[in-house]
Parts: sequence; C-alpha cells; structure tokens
Amino acid sequence: MTVTEDRSGPGRSGGATPESLLDLARQVAGWARDGEQVEAYVARGRDTEIRVFEGEVESLSSAESAGIGIRVVAGSRQGFAYAGSLDADVVAETLADARDNAGFASEDPYLGLAVPDGVAAVSLDLWRDDLATYPTQRKIEQAIALEHAVRAGDRRIRQLRASEWGDASVESAVVTSTGIEASSRRTACYLSAEAIAGGGDDTQTGSGYSVGRGPADLDLERAASDAVLRATRLLGAVKPRSGRLTAVLEPRITAALLSILAGTLDGESVLKGRSLFAERVGEAVAAPQITLVDDPTDAEAYSAATHDAEGLATRRNVLIDGGVLRMFLYNTYAARRAGTVSTGSAVRAGYRGAPGTGARALTLVPGSLRPEQIYAQVGEGLLVQSVSGLHSGVNPVSGDFSVGAEGVLISGGELAGPVREITIASTIQRMLSGVVAVGDDLERLPSSASGLTLAISDISMSGQ
Amino acid sequence: MLIDEAVIDGVLGAALRSGGDFAEVFAEDRRATGARLDDGRVEDLASGRERGAGIRVVFGDTTGFAHTSDLSEAGLRAAAEAAAAAARGGGGGVKRAELRRVDAAAPTAVAVFPETVAKATKVELLRRADEAARRAGGSIRQVSVVYGDSRRRILVANSEGVLAGDDQVKTRFAVSAVASGDTGLQTGRESVGATLGFELFDRVDVEDLAAAASLRAITKLNARPAPSGRVPVVIKQGSGGVLFHEACGHGLEADLVAKDSSVFAGKVGELVASPLVTLVDDGTMGPEWGAIAIDDEGHPAQRNVLIQDGVLTDYMWDWLRARQKGRVGSGNGRRESYQHLPMVRMTNTYVLAGEEDPEEIIRQTPYGVYVAQLGGGQVNTASGDFVFGMTEAYLIEDGRITEPLRDANLIGNGPEVLRNIDVVGHDFAMGSPGTCGKDGQGVPVGDGQPTLRVTGLTVGGTAR
Repeated sequence: MTVTEDRSGPGRSGGATPESLLDLARQVAGWARDGEQVEAYVARGRDTEIRVFEGEVESLSSAESAGIGIRVVAGSRQGFAYAGSLDADVVAETLADARDNAGFASEDPYLGLAVPDGVAAVSLDLWRDDLATYPTQRKIEQAIALEHAVRAGDRRIRQLRASEWGDASVESAVVTSTGIEASSRRTACYLSAEAIAGGGDDTQTGSGYSVGRGPADLDLERAASDAVLRATRLLGAVKPRSGRLTAVLEPRITAALLSILAGTLDGESVLKGRSLFAERVGEAVAAPQITLVDDPTDAEAYSAATHDAEGLATRRNVLIDGGVLRMFLYNTYAARRAGTVSTGSAVRAGYRGAPGTGARALTLVPGSLRPEQIYAQVGEGLLVQSVSGLHSGVNPVSGDFSVGAEGVLISGGELAGPVREITIASTIQRMLSGVVAVGDDLERLPSSASGLTLAISDISMSGQ
Repeated sequence: MLIDEAVIDGVLGAALRSGGDFAEVFAEDRRATGARLDDGRVEDLASGRERGAGIRVVFGDTTGFAHTSDLSEAGLRAAAEAAAAAARGGGGGVKRAELRRVDAAAPTAVAVFPETVAKATKVELLRRADEAARRAGGSIRQVSVVYGDSRRRILVANSEGVLAGDDQVKTRFAVSAVASGDTGLQTGRESVGATLGFELFDRVDVEDLAAAASLRAITKLNARPAPSGRVPVVIKQGSGGVLFHEACGHGLEADLVAKDSSVFAGKVGELVASPLVTLVDDGTMGPEWGAIAIDDEGHPAQRNVLIQDGVLTDYMWDWLRARQKGRVGSGNGRRESYQHLPMVRMTNTYVLAGEEDPEEIIRQTPYGVYVAQLGGGQVNTASGDFVFGMTEAYLIEDGRITEPLRDANLIGNGPEVLRNIDVVGHDFAMGSPGTCGKDGQGVPVGDGQPTLRVTGLTVGGTAR
C-alpha cells in the first residue's frame, strides 16, 4: 500500500519555519512584472520509512526535501517550471524558465490565477508535534511488533513480504501576485504489513495497515489482524464459474471506486468532452441511496485541507444528492471557462506540477446497515476483498469497468468459500444505478476517498 | 563529474567512520521538459530540475539511507552521517578499495540532446499530431498530445571501489484521442519512447502515431462487450510484453525470491514455461526505453537469459541480493531517483521469436480473443495471479478476426499461463514505453514479444 501524502520533493533546507516558506513564496510572487501574474508554491517535507524483516531492520531511510513550483500567466499564456531546491539562484532560474515557457503556450482568455473570493477557510488541526519528537527506536519497535503480531496471529502465516513504519510531515505555502496567500502543514504516519499465508499452490496474501496524523492514532492490533484475516481467509480459494451476481465491496474497494468516479465529475473533463456525465446535471445518475460529497473541511478525513492547491478555501461540495447529479468540481481556470466559480477543488501533485482539478476528501453518506446485515440482505453474492488492474482495466471516459478480484462468496446470507483469479466487470454508469445497499461502516483511508461497504447488483464475474 | 573524486572519497570515509560493511554515494542531476496540448491548445510547457545525492550504508542486513539536494562536501557528509546512524554501524575494521572507473558502453549514441532543440520545435510536433488526429475522422471529439524529454546524469561510487557514471537521455511522445458515437465515448492511445534524443522523430512520424490513436478510438465505437470467462487468447507481436513482465518478470526478481514472495522461488533448473518460451532481460538493448549503460549501483547493463526453452536459468539481481548469495550482480539494481533506495528491477524484457507464421496462428484458432494492444498490468508475485488490460482487441471466430471488443482486464496465474503458451510466431516487436511501479518507485522499462497464443486466459468482459 502507499500513503498518498502530498510529499514535497528533494532539497535540503534545515530549520526553516512555515513563515519562511510563506516569505519565500511572497518574495517570488512579488517579482511579477507589469501585465504578468506569478504564483509560487513552496513545499518542504521530512519523512522516515522503516522496513523490518524477520525481527531486524532491513532499511531505514530518513530525509528532508523541499522544492518550488512557479506558474506565470502573461498575455493570456501560461508557463510552469519547478525545481527540487529552494536555493536563491535556483529559484530565480525557475521563475525565468516559467516565464520563458509561457511564451510557447497557446493564448487562452480564461487563463489566470486565483483571486481571493471571500470564502473563509476552516481551521483544521492537521499537525501533531509529537511526531517530530517520536524516537526512531520506538518506530523500529512498532514495525517489529507489527511483524510479530502478524506471525503470531495465525500459524498458517508463512512469511511477511513487508512490515513497515512510515511518517511524513509536510509544510507548504502558496502566494500569488493576485492577492492569494495561504499556508498549511500536516503530519501523517502509518504502520503496514503484507502477510503471506499457506504454501505451494495455495499461497495467499493480505495487507493490513493503520494510518493517522500522529503516533497515538495508530492501531497496531488492527493492522495485524487485518493482514492475518485477509491472507488466511483466502486459503483454499478456488476459481469459480463465471456468472452474474451482486458484489459487496469492502470499504477499501469502495474508496477506489469513488476515486475513479471523481475523475468523471471534474469540471475540466466535462469541458473537454471526456466525461460520461457531461450535460447530466439535474438527472438521476445513481441509485437514490447515493449521496456523494467531497468535503476537505471534514477534520476526520485523512486528506482534509484548509486550502486548495491554488490557495482558495476548501468547501463542502455535494456532487450527487439522493442519486441526482448536482455539480462538477472546478479550479479557477475550469470555472472561468464554464462561466461559474471555483469550488476550491484545485489539486496538484507536489511542486512538480501546475494545479489541475480533482476531489480531495470524497465520501458517500453512510447508510444504516452493518456489513453483516448487507450480506444477509444480498443472500447470494461476492464479497470483494481486493482488486487489481484499476489502472489497466477501467476506462473513465467510456465507463468500462473490469478489474481482477479476490474475495469470499456470500451464500445464504453469510460468508462462504474464498475465490481467486477472477474479474468483476460492469460499467461505471450501471454500477452507480445498481447500488442496492450502503453500509454504516465509514472507514477513513489514506486516500482522497473514504470507504464503506457497498452492495452493487448485476456484476459480471468471470472465472472458469 | 557531479562530485569531485576527492570529495567522494571523503564522504565514503565519513559514511563508514563508525563501522559498516558497505557505503555508496549515488548522485543525480535530472532535467526534464514536458509539453502538453489538449483541447486544441498548448496548455503547458513545463521544465524542471532535480539534483541531489542519496547515501547508503549497509551494516549486516541493515541498510541506512539518507538523501540531500546539497551536493557540497558539507551537505554530503551530513547525509553520510545520517545514513550511518540509520544503519547503526558497530565499529570495527572497514575495508575500502581504491576507486576505479567502471567502463560500460552506452546503449545508444545520442545525436540531438534535448536542450539543444528550440521549445518552439517541440511545440510544433504537438500541433502536427493534434491536426493529424483530428483529420482521421469526424467522430474524433478530443485529442491530447504529450511530449517529454529528460536527461539524467548519474554518478555512483562505493566502498568496493566502483566509480561509474551514465548520461541517460530519453524522449517520449503520446497521443490520446476520444471518439464519440451512438454507443458513447471511446478512447485510443498510441505512445512511443526511446533512449534517444530528439532524433527519435527522424524514426517516428508523429502524424502516423496520431492517426493510429484516432483510428483505435473510432474502431472501438463499434465494439461489443468482451466475453466473460476463459478463452484462448492470441497476442499480437509487440503488444503483450507486459504479459511476461507481470506473469513472471516480477517473480524472477531476487529480492522477492529471497523473501519467499515469489512462486518462482527455488525453481532454477526446472521447467517453468512451455519449451517454446525463451525470456531475456536486456539493459544493453538500445535504443529501447529501458536501456542503460550502468544500473543505479554502477553495475554495467547486461543481457540476461532468464528462461531458456522453458527452463528457469536465473533470477535478476541487485548488489544487496547478489552479496547475500555470494555471487555477482546482473545489472538490475535500479531506483527512481536519488531519493530512493535501489532494488531489483527489470530493464527491457522480451520473449524471443519462434517459428510459426503469425497469420497461421489466427487461422488455427477457431474461437478466441485477439489482443492488438495491451495497457498496463499488475501481479501478486506470491500467488502468481496477474491482470493486464486490453485496449484494442477483437473476437476470433472460425480462424478470422471479426468484431472489435470493448476494454477489459484479463486475469491469469503466471506459472499456469507460461505453461499454456502453445504456439509462438516468427515475428517480433518491442512494445510501447512503460513505467514499472514497485514499492512506490517508477522506472522506465521496455518489453516485447512475437505473436503467440495462450490456450486459456480469463477475459473480464460482461458478455454472457
């Protein structure tokens, strides 16, 4: 698994404070010439990754890094440049590159940086001071304890591919010559394990993890028991016959589905004719139980944020309400082009890229059923525990959805035998309409989406 | 040289001052340019620079790692001390060999370095491709074109005396088209990438590439849902190397083998595939996408035969795993950047041509799926189950290619699929450039194969 933290890149600049990042961003934005807009995004991160294997530290990496991304809009053209260093000469060269690059882009009257829109940012506490002082030795002990707990969890656990501790702290600031100023900081840490159970032709794997903002949030037992359960319950899995059935997605899988869905609800995709939901605002696109919200202001969401990547305040956006499509997500550019206002949904992949549009903290509004009640309601179906090939078998433009899967059949309303080497397939459109139950088990995940148990009818399962 | 030899010597000394078995300095200077045309406009020209060094200290089975963007002697020494502290060296006599330069032939002689080409010339390629893609048919609604080049200069030095460098220039170009029809939206993509400079475009006509992408999208407008279930699959030359990358490539990486995380562990000398299969990983194969002069540990690239006539001959190795087995490496120690630890990675992985006429393979297939382009894939090396996506495929009926099929994933089990290859064509082609992801690190890889048939793979479509 990976923790999708907005990690800043390379560079070393010890001892700086958030104020100094803001100062640097201010300085660069202040270099804007007449008729030119300049945006500076500055980020610095520190991270640690510890892998243990058979009770010993296999590797321990620790580093600080920093970088800057500069966007210039001049004469209705945009240029971008980045560098993995905050050294003064490198920053000056990066601005010069961004300026030069703008000269080769197409003119577009809708281009322009964000301007303050009067929306106040929420106050979020995403930083834990105790992470910085948490001793390396304790981190190592936790990773080793996790490995022990997984091995002790079931005698059929043969090996662990990895047991890991990871943590990161990131500070960033964005300032524009158009009056935007924002800074933020966040910490995150995780414990994760991947267990291997069984042997020979019957080898199965399962992963477990726990994430949080600080060490106190981590639940080692939960990470261990998840890895053990997931690996062992697949032992003896068979490849079933092909057929159509109701698939019950575990929270992790639902979150992955929501992340894909987000790509189709992004205003830029809509404008460019790449969204299967274009022109469908106001129509029913999903079952009535579906209310989909992108809410980065929710402090409980792993990827909560006070500001978007352009420095505008984040806000709660209801995308689908009771099955009816209500809106798309916009950054400043896409909003201007669509004749609307930004929804505070600019995102960027660290300092190396200019802002695009995207969801940050998606979630379905939970239903009232516990997972076991959903299995009972479904009667006959498939509980999907893991999927593979999300990048290769899902086409968010056409809506075709086909992924490899592993899981446990549901029979007589209860979990029955495990299955493997299958695919599940449908289209995004049909899956949304085919939702028959929404769980009450909201799970915060290290991703731009939270998950819960979700049952979807009429899925094609391919096996024998 | 990125760093003076005297400085390297001092840094290696600092890294081993408190003990340790091995120390390494990996320095990198990477410059990249990317340009994107979308929706008829050159949206963005972006350029970036990353420069820094990663320092590794190994003590027993523990690796300590730290990185810095400060290439001054002080900066490097600070990172060396951090890496040494992480490895927790226990003192004692450390042997260091005198640095000696590693000779390794460059896989290609770059003719036109990207920084010598005007930005306007690069942008012009985008426009030509956009126009050609739109000319290909009235149903083309949207086109995006991406150009990218990078120049990565690396230096590796270690306490065993290795001193090596490489200057890796890579250039890529990709076109994605969206077609619209009664059945909704469809997509087509074509990409090319090579370890070459701008002379890539003497070999590749971007207009032909664009037309092919559009044609693929248009063809799929008439596509029917793919079958659901197990069917014979014929894979066109150069389209399905990713099958071998996933079905066995990852499983032959010595780090996964050492952790008992591969179905191919302990099988050297055994028949693991159809005798028709000879699989090679070849980092020397210029100008392919995965070509290198040295790997990221200073080991010269090699041509390694992994499977000979169906018999597993060897795994792929990095320094760490080779040392544990008391053998030499194989030139497969690679890393994404100076911020990452190296691990065992593929380079260009391909299956050698066989003897059958490719047309005859189709004629001899009464019913099945013909795959003309594959997308990415994913594998669970411990169980051997893997998926890969098909982005252009057709039904084979009565020995003839008939209707186009919608996108879907295919799923199989590596060892089983390798055994079930029953015919291999006398043609051969390398495929599209790929980025292989492992433990969060991406590296450029190539793959290739002749036309071949697998007697049964599970196709994850929705057709009953």
